[in-house]
Amino acid sequence: MSFDYDKYLRPGKLPHIWCPGCGHGIVMKGLIRAMDTLKLKKEETAIVSGIGCASRLPGYIDCCTLHTAHGRAAAFATGVKMAKPEMNVILVGGDGDGTAIGGNHFIHACRRNIDMTYIIMNNYIYGMTGGQFSPATPTGHKASTTPYGNPDPNFDIAKLAIGAGATFVARGTAFHANQIDKLIVEAIQHKGFSVVEILDDCPTTYGRRNKYKSVIEMMNRLKEVAVPVKAAEKMTAEQLQGKVLTGVLYKEEKPEYIAEYAKVIERAKAAK
Amino acid sequence: MSKKVAFLQGNEAAAFGALYAGCDFFAGYPITPSTEVSEVLSAELPKTGGKFLQMEDEIAAMAAILGASLAGAKVLTSTSGPGLSLKQELVGYGCIAEIPCVVYNVMRGGPSTGMPTGPSQSDVMCAKWGTHGDHPAICLTPASVQETYDEVIRAFNLSEKYRTPVMVMPDEIVAHMRERIVFPEPGEVEVIPRKAPTVPPEQYKPYDTSFGDVPPLAAFGSGYKFHVTGLNKMQDGFPTTKAEIVQAEEERQVRKVDANIDDIVQFEEYMLDDAEVVVVAYGSTSRSARYAVNVAREQGIKAGMFRIKTFWPFPDKQIKALACKVKGIVIPEMNLGMCSLELERCAQGKVPVLGIFRVDGEPINPDQILDKIKEVK
Repeated sequence: MSFDYDKYLRPGKLPHIWCPGCGHGIVMKGLIRAMDTLKLKKEETAIVSGIGCASRLPGYIDCCTLHTAHGRAAAFATGVKMAKPEMNVILVGGDGDGTAIGGNHFIHACRRNIDMTYIIMNNYIYGMTGGQFSPATPTGHKASTTPYGNPDPNFDIAKLAIGAGATFVARGTAFHANQIDKLIVEAIQHKGFSVVEILDDCPTTYGRRNKYKSVIEMMNRLKEVAVPVKAAEKMTAEQLQGKVLTGVLYKEEKPEYIAEYAKVIERAKAAK
Repeated sequence: MSKKVAFLQGNEAAAFGALYAGCDFFAGYPITPSTEVSEVLSAELPKTGGKFLQMEDEIAAMAAILGASLAGAKVLTSTSGPGLSLKQELVGYGCIAEIPCVVYNVMRGGPSTGMPTGPSQSDVMCAKWGTHGDHPAICLTPASVQETYDEVIRAFNLSEKYRTPVMVMPDEIVAHMRERIVFPEPGEVEVIPRKAPTVPPEQYKPYDTSFGDVPPLAAFGSGYKFHVTGLNKMQDGFPTTKAEIVQAEEERQVRKVDANIDDIVQFEEYMLDDAEVVVVAYGSTSRSARYAVNVAREQGIKAGMFRIKTFWPFPDKQIKALACKVKGIVIPEMNLGMCSLELERCAQGKVPVLGIFRVDGEPINPDQILDKIKEVK
């Protein structure tokens, strides 16, 4: 029997806004399967996003959903989680939203290690506004605002998260659909701030400017560049050239913010 | 039993006023001259299980209180001029998504970094026009330490009652001066709770106008599932671009404040019964104005003061009535004529509006006001 996605989708809210060939829907299905695996209660789960194509995802899911302002998902979510620590708080968004205008909130959410999961759909571009380059657009690539090629170096989002203090960091791709829910399940189960970067595609505003002839070609690229961390251990630096590691990239047990603040409350009450 | 008294600074009083009102979540960012609010609440909130967060920037602090408020908390942030400029993005979010919150902003010299330790009253227009788009505005301008305490409680009440951000804006003098304050007993001052939904979760809509212009707001995590967005929305919270819905919702958001001006607007009338000259003043400037009015009276000049406590919505009705009665209006303010423009709008040319505008970081002294009172013929 096929999986019933409808039980987590809001009736009457589909079709979604995403273009044919966009991977965001694949990620949303992965998230739904993960929620089902973990038996997350809809009314006890908050899904928080910023602005952009990926940030429209919460509107389709039948939970407490918060579509905030551009880049601000992590800061809003921190408020939700601190006020209602028993809620499952999941953040979703794109690369521009999360690492440019929301970059400060992103790194500080990582640093605090607050128990939330952030799913970043990295399609290397600002899709909703028509394809401007983002901090994730590879150097030299074309965007509507880099007609002569992108002069900017790009972020490695997973590395950024690890450097900022996130205690669980994983990476998957929209091609490897069956892996997405497994990574999200592990991320949500992790006590602390977890980041799941999903390499995605934007055929409409990125693919066509960068000589991808079809969605299939873009998906095949994701398939070709992805190397599971286990497999990478047996590969040489030369073999890893141009590849991207996927799977759980980093995991660490560290004091979690909600638990640490509970200690602050204890100390304050004792000092009263 | 005698009441508890203390000798406090305006900022400290604000923090204790918030606690009286039931504030259980604060997020802020350090900024002069309002940081004392953060310092007091970082010590006091956790004592009762409340949460204090120092965020990575001003915008994050505003975002955190909005998120916490949606999760059912009573929330406050504090800041000053440059921080208020940053918060404006999400003040607008609070307005359109209709999320109760209190923003305490100490007015210092500006624009930009300006004079961080100098007093000013130059953020009053920012309270109404700072965030883009049409939206409701409520802004209170206390003139003493006691009033700062009282008005912070009132700000929480207005915010919950009208489901909209409310600003409290003392100038730096009020925020930093120390005065005697008398704490009310628990239950002595009314604390208005948020209107909770009366329908079961499956029937709940976050902007259901069948409950009036201020629909009940459920909390995340309380069994209710709903969607919140900064886009123009329908009654069920989902975005829309349908012209008639957007128009109606925008009008309702502004109307919920405008139609209740008499409930929101508070002011003080001082020696106005027979006054021929009225000094309109707010914040610390009203203290100099009161002194000047007293001296003018001693000199046989029929002067009085109209003290604005609620700056927004502006007391149009009262100022219009005064303009029909007096020979002139004097407005001392620590900016280059912000309230003055509102007074001219209300006076409609019936009487002259004479301004005393200082932006040099010094308070306006009574002599300056007295001289201006004497200019009214």
